[in-house]
Amino acid sequence: MTYKSKLEKLLSEKKFVVTTEVGPPKGCDPRKIKDKAELLRNYSDAFNITDNQTAVVRLSSMGGSVILLNMGLEPIMQMSCRDRNRIALQSDVLGAASCGVKNILFISGDHQSFGNHPDAKGVYDVDSIQLINIVKNMRDEGIFESKDKILSERPDIFIGAAANPFADPFDYRVDRLEKKIDAGADFIQTQSVYNLDRFREYMDDVRSRDLDKKVFILAGITPLKSLRMAERMKFYVPGVDVPENYYLRMKDASDQKKEGFDIAVELINEIKKIKGVHGIHITALFWEDIVPSLVKKVDLFPRP
Amino acid sequence: MCFISYFQMIITKKKDFNELTQLINKKPVFIIGCSECATLCNTGGEKEVREMKEKLEKENINVTGWVILDPACHLNNDKRILKKYKENISKSEKILVLACGNGSQTVSEIIQDADVIPGTDTLFLGEIKRLGEFEKRCEMCGECIQDLFAGICPVSRCPKVILNGPCGGASNGKCEINKEMDCVWILIINQLKKKGKMDLLKKIQKPKNWSKSEEYRRASKNDL
Repeated sequence: MTYKSKLEKLLSEKKFVVTTEVGPPKGCDPRKIKDKAELLRNYSDAFNITDNQTAVVRLSSMGGSVILLNMGLEPIMQMSCRDRNRIALQSDVLGAASCGVKNILFISGDHQSFGNHPDAKGVYDVDSIQLINIVKNMRDEGIFESKDKILSERPDIFIGAAANPFADPFDYRVDRLEKKIDAGADFIQTQSVYNLDRFREYMDDVRSRDLDKKVFILAGITPLKSLRMAERMKFYVPGVDVPENYYLRMKDASDQKKEGFDIAVELINEIKKIKGVHGIHITALFWEDIVPSLVKKVDLFPRP
Repeated sequence: MCFISYFQMIITKKKDFNELTQLINKKPVFIIGCSECATLCNTGGEKEVREMKEKLEKENINVTGWVILDPACHLNNDKRILKKYKENISKSEKILVLACGNGSQTVSEIIQDADVIPGTDTLFLGEIKRLGEFEKRCEMCGECIQDLFAGICPVSRCPKVILNGPCGGASNGKCEINKEMDCVWILIINQLKKKGKMDLLKKIQKPKNWSKSEEYRRASKNDL
């Protein structure tokens, strides 16, 4: 069996995978990416390079992915629908594949009004489900969105998608996941999980429809570094659900970093027990150096 | 074909008065309003045109006259009406149009010897929810697909134009972009649930054919 990527191989071999996030810098210094990636190197199987997340201009996810490839690491390149139409998106999929990118994760993208260029025109020519389907057809059928044929080499991409088990309306979230799978998603990274009850309920529904057999699911983990961050996540970040008990623990903690670390450990240990979850995706925002001890603490070290 | 009715219309917003006086630059000005949409939006009806005249005169700007077109986007009608004001217009260096972006362009097609200044910003094609309250309803995308979404349009009402929604950002039924705005996808889902037609959402909606919004730059009765 040949695999499109190391990530696909590990998941197919039923390893519980760990991916981490490497946010590119607001500038073109490659060391900003290299330093973070070096820190995470032995604690992660693949590395997400975000695409101008929160609509703030940063080094491109393609550039960042190439830097990782040159370090011998496997990127998960993110692509959002906000800034490019179907011509540019398909072109960049080909470009990335030609450079050796093997995993791409497709998202709608944060609306431009949240970022540092709120006056920009959002493109939104296609949505994330349509884009996933376009890339699946490029890979499997050798055709572009227009049905025009790909003439030299199809992009053999392991297709990722995001899912938010916590957003409104809750009873439609698994339906939408299924739609992403039907469109062509091979793996899923979820929104940061804090509300375990809700996540278990979501996964029950996922398993009852056998969706965990059709797609690999990586649960999102974002360690809370401070009370301020917990407040931001709880009250301001759309689609994140931080339950009251974790919020209060952060509020009452004498050492907030330690409390945030402990909560992350608890979450991962509980998530590992949930059937149908195939790994975790750690986004340690401005706190990458916590990842090694976190991965060790939850017995996911060494990586395969 | 008629875009304008009293229930759905082109919504405009008054431009900042100081910005307008700068553009007028103390030159003599003729003011044009519109009897339809701009009247209902209170941006370019007779009342607003008279108010504008007074305000400009207070700034020592010479207002050579004014007229309300019926409506401003009707080329031949405008020509006929504006003929009666030929003398006033010939004394003007600026024409301030308090109508939509279409209305002011129709005027610039007719009056070529003076600078046409749009006096409003055109926002959207929308519905009158109640007196003085409007909401965007149509993007004029050239290919209406509301039938797929319980008669509710995500093209004009979802800020990310998601056709396979909802995204992961809605909370308490509101859009992540604006807490005052209903998430259109939650409206669609609630409506489909009521109708027992949730199955409609199982189908992946293909990318939209945006060429339809470009295809018609001009249409005649026979095309419609």
